[in-house]
Amino acid sequence: MTIGPVDVDWIVDNLDRIGGLVVEHLYLTGIAMGIGLVISAGLALLIRDRPRWYGPIIGFTGTLYAIPSLALFALLTPLTGIGTVLTAEIALVSYTLLILTRNMVEGLRAVPAEAIEAAKGMGYTATQRLVRVELPLALPIILAGVRIAAVTTIGLVTVTALIGLGGLGYLIVTIGTQRGSFGLTATLTGVVLAVGLAAIADLALLALQRALTPWSRGRAAT
Amino acid sequence: MIEFLGEVAAWFADPATWSGRDGIPVRLWEHLWISGVSLAAAVAIGLPLGLAIGHTGRGARAVVAIANIGRAVPSLGLMGLAFILLLPFGLGVGPLPTIIALTALGIPPIVVNAYVGLREVDRELVEAARGMGMRAGEILGRVEIPIALPVILAGVRTSAVQIVATATLAAAIGGGTLGQIIYIGFNVGDQVRIFGAALVVAALSIGTEIAFGALQRAATSPGLRDRPYVPTEPAQVGRSGGEIGMP
Repeated sequence: MTIGPVDVDWIVDNLDRIGGLVVEHLYLTGIAMGIGLVISAGLALLIRDRPRWYGPIIGFTGTLYAIPSLALFALLTPLTGIGTVLTAEIALVSYTLLILTRNMVEGLRAVPAEAIEAAKGMGYTATQRLVRVELPLALPIILAGVRIAAVTTIGLVTVTALIGLGGLGYLIVTIGTQRGSFGLTATLTGVVLAVGLAAIADLALLALQRALTPWSRGRAAT
Repeated sequence: MIEFLGEVAAWFADPATWSGRDGIPVRLWEHLWISGVSLAAAVAIGLPLGLAIGHTGRGARAVVAIANIGRAVPSLGLMGLAFILLLPFGLGVGPLPTIIALTALGIPPIVVNAYVGLREVDRELVEAARGMGMRAGEILGRVEIPIALPVILAGVRTSAVQIVATATLAAAIGGGTLGQIIYIGFNVGDQVRIFGAALVVAALSIGTEIAFGALQRAATSPGLRDRPYVPTEPAQVGRSGGEIGMP
């Protein structure tokens, strides 16, 4: 059966395979985001204590961001091999750093000085201040960065198809560009699922932000 | 590692690297003209749109939608779609699908930055201009655009860097560009070629970033010049977005 240009039979026949690719896509995205968050948190805390590092760190992560994904995969192959998950993840993590670090730093900077003074006056230690005052107040901006990074990473994972991994990129490129009746179906399926995953991730993180910062509801809505 | 870098140097020194269909000059030129045409088209479409929305303040929702869609649709997906949709018309192979995909990719940062740039212009300045008897077109051309120019050009720079970077992916749909050399390298498992070509691509992207950054600074009115340099970043879109009620 076909609906317009879409070969529904092909989708039904390949449902297991498509499901597997969605799982692979989420897995590649999840690892990149997890490691990216840890590294960025370290960088942001470093910048918080030593503001002079802001320029060099943002400059470096910005340069990494300017390198095309296929080229970065390529530059890593002598060290990590052709088409390995490690190659893909190092590149994917690199791309999350600029957005995550910058939003974490901006989030922490946006914390009102009075709030920090009040915490000091109440006898909070530096760690207590960070966890109980600064982090909660910075959370909306930090999570805004997480949302952008997640959506961007989901898109970038498709490119790993060019080095033999893929997730949904496998549908878009490897199967999609074959000259068959199902080529368009495969490409469309890949694109629609990738956009769908990005939208779901975005909305889920938005819901998380609202749940974690109930006081900002209405103000920082959307 | 030293040995490997020696092999890469030897690859660059090899005349074969610089000649033929998959030599660096042919593919570099292809990369540049495809990117240039795409950027010109993206500016031609995105700039009037962003300026119109920013000047009138009407259609802000459209900006939010354009920014979100631009971020969520994978660039490779755009390429794949353009390729497969043009295939029945005999236009799938060649530069056209790449140019269409890159243009679509390049529009959102330009629209968003033009919009945000105009919105950030101090309302009092616009009022003062109106008080001086300037018409809408004069306010836009002599007050709003000059003040917003750094932000507008930051959008063009973001767009240019993304286009040059993403043009590499054209290889996946038979569109050529420098990505083709990397792509061939991956297919035959030639790490030296992969690495060498990737160096050229990375240099081109970073060079684009630097060149448009210089353009942006040069075009900044002296009165605005003490503002800090803003590096290219997706969140130029994202952060600005925050100000207009977006993620």
